Amino acid sequence: MSILNAIEVAGVEKIYGGSVHALSNVDFHVADNEFAVLLGPSGCGKSTLLNLIAGFEDVTDGDVRVFGTPVAAPGPDRAVVFQEAALFPWLSVIDNVTFGPRMQGRSAAEYMPVAEEFLRLVGLQDFYDKLPSQLSGGMKQRVGIARALVMNPRVLLMDEPFGALDAQTRLSMQELLLRVWDTHKKTVLFITHDIDEAILLADTVYVMSARPGRIAVKIPIELPRPRGVDLLTDDTFNELRREIMGHIRTGATIQQAA
Amino acid sequence: MDKTTALPIDPAAANAAGASGRGRAAERRGMAVIPYRESRLKGIAQSLALPVIVLIVWEIAGRAGLIMSGILPYPSLVAQGWWTWAFGENVMGLNAYAGTWAENAFNSFERVAKGYVVAILIGVPVGVIIGWSKLAARIVDPTIQSMRPIPITAWLPFSIALFGIRDFGAIFLIALGAFYPIVVNATHGARDVSTNLIRAAAMMGANRRQMLFRVVFPSALPAIFTGMRIGLGIAWTAVIVAEMVAVKSGLGYVLWDAYYVGRMDIVIADMVSIGILGFMSDWLIVQLQNYCLKWKQQR
Repeated sequence: MSILNAIEVAGVEKIYGGSVHALSNVDFHVADNEFAVLLGPSGCGKSTLLNLIAGFEDVTDGDVRVFGTPVAAPGPDRAVVFQEAALFPWLSVIDNVTFGPRMQGRSAAEYMPVAEEFLRLVGLQDFYDKLPSQLSGGMKQRVGIARALVMNPRVLLMDEPFGALDAQTRLSMQELLLRVWDTHKKTVLFITHDIDEAILLADTVYVMSARPGRIAVKIPIELPRPRGVDLLTDDTFNELRREIMGHIRTGATIQQAA
Repeated sequence: MDKTTALPIDPAAANAAGASGRGRAAERRGMAVIPYRESRLKGIAQSLALPVIVLIVWEIAGRAGLIMSGILPYPSLVAQGWWTWAFGENVMGLNAYAGTWAENAFNSFERVAKGYVVAILIGVPVGVIIGWSKLAARIVDPTIQSMRPIPITAWLPFSIALFGIRDFGAIFLIALGAFYPIVVNATHGARDVSTNLIRAAAMMGANRRQMLFRVVFPSALPAIFTGMRIGLGIAWTAVIVAEMVAVKSGLGYVLWDAYYVGRMDIVIADMVSIGILGFMSDWLIVQLQNYCLKWKQQR
């Protein structure tokens, strides 16, 4: 293969404390500018897998590479959007968004226009000076997304970013993410346990099974883009939904038998 | 409605409450409807009632000769003594305390300020580093923890032997006393930094120094202020103890000296002075805390 994969995970094992087998022989790769979704029940190790790629944790065995470089530590080439936003509560919206470039010693002239552009893109242009405690859950998450994009990362890792939001906010955030992704193509690895969310967003869905966590099946989603939430009632969408639910059920049966 | 009527109270009042709210019910029971401002004044009056009554009873009992005023002078005697202590003139050396209040209060305040600043300057960085670095914790923490159970009062002879009857002994004691709560709370604050904030900063490219100053320190700041407020109380305890024994000026020195010569009015005025200075210095720290932790209160 001549073109490097954005994310390359090969034979990854993760064992906690010598006994808890979180991930077993995980193999998958995400192509450049692909939107990949890891779908699985809680406790299937999907967040662990993301933490390994982010460099927050070390693999027990196997290989994790981002654009050919083995992952050793966290870095701004792999931006992470966390489930609880993880904004610095003492910094204003704009200071949170520009935290990355400021830590990297870039000049304000360089990062301010970009930060302003992304804040506008996520609809927070009027909230520059607000503190995280003054924002709703959805707004915090939008700051989290803007903060990640400002760094112009090669890979965007999203760890159930909408998992804690109410259904309505979640829908509008999914639309927002689709819009952002259409205008700023990026390699995204998105984690969720929500089947609809997975199909709506993904180019490829990886269904994971639990104990030990492994990739059960890879499902390409060939729905046309740009996509919107009206897709949720589409026939093709429902077919994919049925297919994935079937896989999850089989996965569950295998687990019970084992 | 069901809840209201189920309560075993006056049924007429209950119906009224159900129909038009608490205000009407209160009116029917013959009470005035109290607006917010008035109710706040009422609250202040309620909190002042007990001390005012105690003072009045004490004054009357003292004047009636029920309490020996040589041992427990009544409030107006204390006020008189305090007035002379603060503004009086030492005519022919008859009243050694006259006019010395401000000087002594300032002496104590200055010692507390010096010792306290030393405690903060050492306690905060040491605490944050212990909380942040496991290596620092292993090297420093056991020593601090094993010294901590020794009360600062027990350090007094040691301090006098080392520094003599001088300011430095008092300041050492104050700094030591205030140091412990500051260092312990700073350690906890730095240790309890959210993993996600550390991870967020790491993925944004923060190095170790930036992590310490931009993430760990601000995260630990609320705990640091908690430690600073506790430390301030201990600093005032330490200054009084030190001045009683190891220095020849300040409110603690006057307190013990006045007791020896039987000036109980000065003793009581001195105690109240210490209380007021302690309260005021705590107020200052709270103002600083509110300023530094604005992000914690705004909603």
